[in-house]
Amino acid sequence: MWTFIHKWGSPKWFYSMSGKLQPWFWTVSLLLIAVGTLWGLAFAPADYQQGNSFRIIYVHVPAAFLAQSIFVSMAAAALVFMVWKIKIADMAATVMAPLGAVMTFVALFSGAVWGVPTWGTWWMWDARLTSMLILLFLFLGVIALRSAFTSRDSGSRAASVLAMVGVINIPIIKYSVDWWFTLHQPATFRVTSSPSMPTEMWLPLLIMVLGFYCFFIALTLMRTRSEILRREANKRWVMDLMKEAH
Amino acid sequence: MTPKRRQKLLIILGGLVLAGLAIGLTLYALRANINLFFSPVQIAQGDAPIERSIRAGGLVKEGSVFRDPQSLDVEFRITDYVDELGVSYNGILPDLFREGQGVVVVGKLQADGRFVADKVLARHDENYMPPEVAQALEDAGYSPADYQEKAAEVGKRLNKQASE
Repeated sequence: MWTFIHKWGSPKWFYSMSGKLQPWFWTVSLLLIAVGTLWGLAFAPADYQQGNSFRIIYVHVPAAFLAQSIFVSMAAAALVFMVWKIKIADMAATVMAPLGAVMTFVALFSGAVWGVPTWGTWWMWDARLTSMLILLFLFLGVIALRSAFTSRDSGSRAASVLAMVGVINIPIIKYSVDWWFTLHQPATFRVTSSPSMPTEMWLPLLIMVLGFYCFFIALTLMRTRSEILRREANKRWVMDLMKEAH
Repeated sequence: MTPKRRQKLLIILGGLVLAGLAIGLTLYALRANINLFFSPVQIAQGDAPIERSIRAGGLVKEGSVFRDPQSLDVEFRITDYVDELGVSYNGILPDLFREGQGVVVVGKLQADGRFVADKVLARHDENYMPPEVAQALEDAGYSPADYQEKAAEVGKRLNKQASE
C-alpha cells in the first residue's frame, strides 16, 4: 500500500501513469456532461413554481460542489506537501487553484442570473452568498500568494498555509443555510436523506455533478503533467523524453 | 512517519483547530448580524430598530394579501406561525410572490408596528417538482408541512431564548 502511494509521489511515475489515465477521464467527463446538459435542459420537467429558470440548477449546483471540493483537495495536497515534502502534491495544488476560482465564479454568476427571476435580486449579503464570495477571494489569494515570492519554495509554503487555513470556510459555506436566516434555501442534496426532488429531476443533476468531477480530475492530470515538465525540465528523464519526441 | 514529520503534522492540525475555534467564536458572537432578516417574533419582542432600514422575513399569511385595484399598493401579513407583521408595499412583486410563500422584505419598521417595504424578495424552498406533481399534491390536500414545522420550531426556539 505504502509503496504504491510512494510510486505516485515520483514525478516520472506520475507522468507516465497519468498519461494513460487521462484520456479515460476526458472521455467519461465529456460524455457525462453532454448527456447531462441535453437531459437537464431539454428533457427534465420544469419546476412547478419557477418554470424553466429552474434549469440553471444543472450548472449552478455542480459548479458549487466542484468549487468546494477543489478547495478541499488543494488544502489536502498542501498538507501533504508541507508535512511529507512531496513535490508532486505542490504541483497538483498549483494547477487546481485556477480551476477552483473559475468554478466559484461560475457558481456565483449562475446564482446571480438565477436570483433575478426567482428572488427578485441578483445579490444579497446573506451568509451563503458572502461565504462563497470569500471562497473566490481565497482562491485568488492562493494564486497571487504563490507568485508573490521570488523563490518558488517560499511561494509554495505561503500558498499552502493559506489553503489549509482557508479550508475553515468550507463548513461555513455548507452549513450557512442551516445556522443563520438566509435568502438562499437549504440544500436539495443531503447525505442523510433522499433528495427533495423527483428522480427525473435529480438524475440528470447527478450525471452533471459526476461529469464535472471527471472534468476536474482530467484537467488536473493534464495540467500537473505540464507542470512536471516545466519544473523537471533539466532532469535526465525529461531530457530523454524530449529527445524521443524529436 | 518520522518524529519530525509527526511534529509538523501536529503543529499544522493544532493551528487549524485553534484558527477554527477563533473563527467559530467570532461568528457565534456576530450571529445576530449574520442573520439576513428579523423574524416577526423578534420584531414583536422589540429586537428590531424602528425607522431604520432593516429586513424582515417570513411566510406570506394565507388570505392576508390585499391589492389596491387602482394602484400598485399592496398589503399583506408575514408570519412565522408565532407572531405576525403587517407589511405595506408599493411596487412590482416578484413572480414567486404568493400566499404561503417565503419572502424577505426590505424597509423600515414604523413606530405603530407596521412595516413599510421598499423591496420585496421571494424566497423559495429546496423542494422542486414538476407542475403535474404539484397539482396532484394539491388535489390530495397537501400543505407545505415541512416548512411550517421548521418555522414553528424556529419560533419556539426564539421564544425560549427571549424568556431566558
